[in-house]
Amino acid sequence: MTALTVRTENVSVRFAGVPALDRLDLRLAPGKIHGLLGRNGSGKSTLAAALAGFRRPDEGRVLIEGGDLGAAQEPYENAVVTSRVCLIRESGDRPDAVPVKYAVGLAAALRPYWDADLAGDLLDRFEIPLNKKIQKLSRGKKSALGVVVGIASRAPLTIFDESYLGMDVPSRNLFYDMLLADYVEVPRTIVLSTHLVSEVSTMLEEVLILDRGRLVTQSPVDALRGRGASIVGPAAAVDEFTAGFTVLAEERLGGTKSTTVLGDLDPALLAQATAAGLEIGPVGLQDLFVHLTGAKA
Amino acid sequence: MFDDRSPIYLQIAEQIKNDIVSGALAEDEQVMSTNQYAAFYRINPATAAKGFAQLVDDGILYKKRGIGMFVTPNARDLLRTGRRDSFFADVVDPMIREAKAIGIPLNDILQHVRSYGDA
Repeated sequence: MTALTVRTENVSVRFAGVPALDRLDLRLAPGKIHGLLGRNGSGKSTLAAALAGFRRPDEGRVLIEGGDLGAAQEPYENAVVTSRVCLIRESGDRPDAVPVKYAVGLAAALRPYWDADLAGDLLDRFEIPLNKKIQKLSRGKKSALGVVVGIASRAPLTIFDESYLGMDVPSRNLFYDMLLADYVEVPRTIVLSTHLVSEVSTMLEEVLILDRGRLVTQSPVDALRGRGASIVGPAAAVDEFTAGFTVLAEERLGGTKSTTVLGDLDPALLAQATAAGLEIGPVGLQDLFVHLTGAKA
Repeated sequence: MFDDRSPIYLQIAEQIKNDIVSGALAEDEQVMSTNQYAAFYRINPATAAKGFAQLVDDGILYKKRGIGMFVTPNARDLLRTGRRDSFFADVVDPMIREAKAIGIPLNDILQHVRSYGDA
């Protein structure tokens, strides 16, 4: 088991004085698939870059530990750590004027846990021609090359930062299937950064939601499912019932009101609501995500 | 396949229970491994394992070390008894409420039920 643990301590990154990450404290447990969710501009990519040592935080520290690394180390300018951390971005971060096989050979040389057979199999499945120059590939094939390198590197910390956005639905599904199959084979710490919540949600074990550079919530994904509830009924009764809850959203239609709240409704509360003529419904993960990261709270 | 509104592990457990009640999974039959299940339905292996663990706790599945998980011999009876207990509250009562709301006399329902004979 070589999976790595990640911690950030008070990490801030600013662009021209504007914080992209704002005093972020978090911990990613080893060997799990973490979903890093957030809207565009929430700081997901900046966080991914800081975790992979592509960027040094303006304040605070990123610490990576465990597996064959042992004690905590910072990834920035640290070859031992960065060879074990694989960040795949849509841009590719690679020279484009060379054939595919050179990019694959480079990854093979740099990645200590590289699996050449797996790489060959994945290149076949995604139908990526080895001798073609990368710049001649379609956007979808470039993305696919990125995910092939990401999976075959078998890096103890692997981060996919929206790297599959350029791929069509069948290719994305192939990516999800291949990633999951290989993760079962070789468990490692995986971060999937995305705003396509519903597409990846079943694959995740943990979820982090970022909003404006801050951590909104971190939780096992199954705990988040069913954490919200929508309460519908006569406005006065709804208001009375939801008084003690964190309200995420409210909508009114005539005398009827629908309020979305955060929190667990135990059976006693459910009975009370039913008695008051209110309807209680669950809130899906995607909706919860939208509410938690919406402009208005 | 899975919806987003309740924990997936519960949905997995529910699905396997349905297969047992319908007879699609026979008693003492081996069920898919959690990893096969995870790959097939594209879900996190830890989530699948949690769903299966719940079924083991409930006595619906049992483990054979090193081989896999199997349907407990009396699982179907256990599940059917449980569902019978809640049948009227879960199925019949809502139907009667709906019938009253839309104006179907209970006698019409009884007649319809009788047309199935006494199976």
